Amino acid sequence: MDVTIFMQQMVNGFSLGSMYALIAIGYTMVYGVLRLINFAHGDIMMVGGFLGYFGIAVLGLPFGAAVLLSIAGSAALGMISDKIAYRPLRSAPKISLLITAIGVSFFLENAFNVFFGGIPRAFPVPPYMEEMVELFGLTMPVSAILVPVITAVLLVVILWVLFKTKYGMAIRALAFDVGTVNLMGIDANRIITMVFGIGSALAAVGGIFWAVNYPSVEPMMGVLVGLKAFAAAVVGGIGSVGGAVLGGLIIGFTEVVVVAFFPELGGYKDAFAFIFLILILLFKPTGILGIDFEKSRF
Amino acid sequence: MILKIDNVTKNFGGVTAIKETSFSVQPKEIFGLIGPNGAGKTTMFNIITGNYEPTKGQVLFRNESLTGLKPHQIVRKGIARTFQNIRLFSSMSVLDNVLIGFDFQARYSFFESIVRFPRFISEEKRIKNRSMEILDYFGMSKFAHEKATDLSYGQQRKVEIARALATNPELLLLDEPAAGMNPSETEELGQIIKKARNDFDLTVLLIEHDMKFVNQLCDKVLVLDYGKTIFEGTPSDAIQDKEVITAYLGDFHND
Amino acid sequence: MEISIKKDQWINLAIVATALWFIWFASGHFDEYTIRILNNIAIFIILAVSYNLINGVTGQFSLEPNGFVAVGAYVTALLLVTPEAKMYQYAIVDPYPFVLTLHANFVTALLLAGFFSALLAFTLAAPVFRVRGDYLAIVTLGFGFIIKILAINNPEVTNGSLGMNDIPEFSNLYWTGGIAIIAVISVLNIVNSKFGRAMKAVRDDEDAATAMGVNTFKAKTLAFCTSAFFEGVGGGLLAALLTSISPDLFDFFFTFQLLIIIVLGGLGSTTGAIIGTVLVIGGSEWMRFLDEPMNIFGHETTAMPGMRMVVFSLLLILIMLFAREGIMGKRELRDLFKFGKKGGK
Repeated sequence: MDVTIFMQQMVNGFSLGSMYALIAIGYTMVYGVLRLINFAHGDIMMVGGFLGYFGIAVLGLPFGAAVLLSIAGSAALGMISDKIAYRPLRSAPKISLLITAIGVSFFLENAFNVFFGGIPRAFPVPPYMEEMVELFGLTMPVSAILVPVITAVLLVVILWVLFKTKYGMAIRALAFDVGTVNLMGIDANRIITMVFGIGSALAAVGGIFWAVNYPSVEPMMGVLVGLKAFAAAVVGGIGSVGGAVLGGLIIGFTEVVVVAFFPELGGYKDAFAFIFLILILLFKPTGILGIDFEKSRF
Repeated sequence: MILKIDNVTKNFGGVTAIKETSFSVQPKEIFGLIGPNGAGKTTMFNIITGNYEPTKGQVLFRNESLTGLKPHQIVRKGIARTFQNIRLFSSMSVLDNVLIGFDFQARYSFFESIVRFPRFISEEKRIKNRSMEILDYFGMSKFAHEKATDLSYGQQRKVEIARALATNPELLLLDEPAAGMNPSETEELGQIIKKARNDFDLTVLLIEHDMKFVNQLCDKVLVLDYGKTIFEGTPSDAIQDKEVITAYLGDFHND
Repeated sequence: MEISIKKDQWINLAIVATALWFIWFASGHFDEYTIRILNNIAIFIILAVSYNLINGVTGQFSLEPNGFVAVGAYVTALLLVTPEAKMYQYAIVDPYPFVLTLHANFVTALLLAGFFSALLAFTLAAPVFRVRGDYLAIVTLGFGFIIKILAINNPEVTNGSLGMNDIPEFSNLYWTGGIAIIAVISVLNIVNSKFGRAMKAVRDDEDAATAMGVNTFKAKTLAFCTSAFFEGVGGGLLAALLTSISPDLFDFFFTFQLLIIIVLGGLGSTTGAIIGTVLVIGGSEWMRFLDEPMNIFGHETTAMPGMRMVVFSLLLILIMLFAREGIMGKRELRDLFKFGKKGGK
């Protein structure tokens, strides 16, 4: 195949990978502080997309404002779901928490299904996003460049928060040992709520990107994406933000590039994330960038 | 010598929990591992039981290296343990808790358990009787069908030791068995351990803070501080050793 | 001790006899609609008591049922549909020659369905249970998707999205009910043996279990593969009941229903799983009205498909928050009768 098409696919891969990365970060952070796989996280991405749709198509807001609405609404939803559904179960056996998370996920999917219907709604993409641009000899829509760039910016912001602010330090401490954090006078619950807020905000951005790219929203759009994003987080190294991004990019790239080279494998593209997951569990369970905490459980 | 710790070092990332420590335990000894908090005593236990791999050195049990063995395999070699915070199985009865210790010694297959062949019935009966015997030894048989975690703290401790003995060990590791007990319970526990050592042909390795308890019970002690051995000898000599006293700086419970 | 064992055995015999009588009675006297529901309940009892084995008894959160049920259904369908019917219905592409040769009687088909599922479970168990972590849920969730993808993308074997039809309708109350009885007894026997104790120990405190010589990897794998076996058999029964299967029949909601069933009944209780099945499958039928247009105090609402599922998910969340133990908790029917004897709590 010729170079331009290959490069085109690389860009697409970057784009898709960035979206997975944004959602994977939320998974990895919540898992880091709570050891909980928040099944509802993928659905937060869906809510983000819908809020964006709602903002533009129903409220008539400009794109930027709709994005802000989406981020705020999703972050709020994430934090509320923690407060109502997860916090009461902090000291319950882990399986209770996982079951509740599945319940919340299923609830969000079906509630949106009932109230908005299952048929995908076209997302009103702002015209400047669809303008074609020439870059390095390739022609692509503005959105294809915007997605990876904004993801990179957000990643830098998150890393800065995690490593250069006291809240970030509290989050990292919490991921290591809950008990100590409480002893140091920091309210662990507030930090956890913050983590849900940040993760959900990122997922909302991912949802908006997704809606712009496809361009539609529908209630089940977060299901498969969420699954793959969690696989990405595990592959990259669960608990590591850099790992989540790496995992997301790997899976995004693979999906796009493999199908470009082997179109007959197209029906299997959703299986790659799963295959990567099994492989990493077999050969390096802590993930590519993961650290092996030999935590004392005794 | 039944247990030999051979120049064991354990690092966790940048922290050295145990540094080049060696000691031996003779058969039927009651050997105490003491030292201030954080000295590495529980870490040493976890290395013996196979939960941690030593960074350097090895553990020899009856002259056989335990390196690379999984914890459940080490149990089947003859080493059992109890936990500092009594970890009985909360959903099961006292009897079932002890039965678990016997389970790897029960000789029936999965298929036989589903169709309830005679071998299943006879083996289950055998281990149930053995379990009741052990519970009886500790005076706990009347609680056999109670939920294990409904018992008092002292009773649970006895059940935990019974459970460990069900695995038919030669070496019993007790992690702060007297923790949380009043003086009379502690005295009783000491008697029980001594008697069990004789009746079950055991060697006992225990971690303890209570010096009176250690004095009463242990034939020999090893004092650790910051992962290093600072004394090895009899309990009475240990109390008088200058380095030991400095390490504790009044952490002794000498009541 | 001796006397109560005999009494237990008599009670067990009585329960089984009653169940058998009920199967005979229902087959002869109930109408088709009711029998259909009873068949469903019987199959879901098989699925629920086995799903409860890995989730409730062993405490490992798994989302596997829809995957293994699908596998069992397809294996059974492939073995039961006649070569002529296959040639006729494979509309996307012609079936592979070996597909046409696949044939077995009902019992063999069900057993193969079960064993094939158990084999798949075994290959999944190795990477997942070797590592510490809660990856079982995600892996089994993904597994369900993979099975669906495989079914759709291999039309030469499965007829793709069109699914398979003309499956002989072998399932009736004797088969479903009979196998349900076998499944329940098998699971109860497993739980009341050293294998069940090991599973419960893993659930209660995995590290303490290891310290007592329990091979926790083996315990988890055994529970998982046994669940898969019965789920495969249940899938086969389902295929021979519905006479027609397709990839989207075994979606996540299928697993979700089972999850609600075992949570409602009480995670870890086989009796609870049975009670839960009756309540949820029965209640689900009754709740169909939620999906239809309704008349609430004189207001006509439009049809809201999916409202049933919203109610289900809220139900699950509420149970987890306020009644986590479900109806039976971890107890069995036995334990209710023991109440006066050993001094209640």
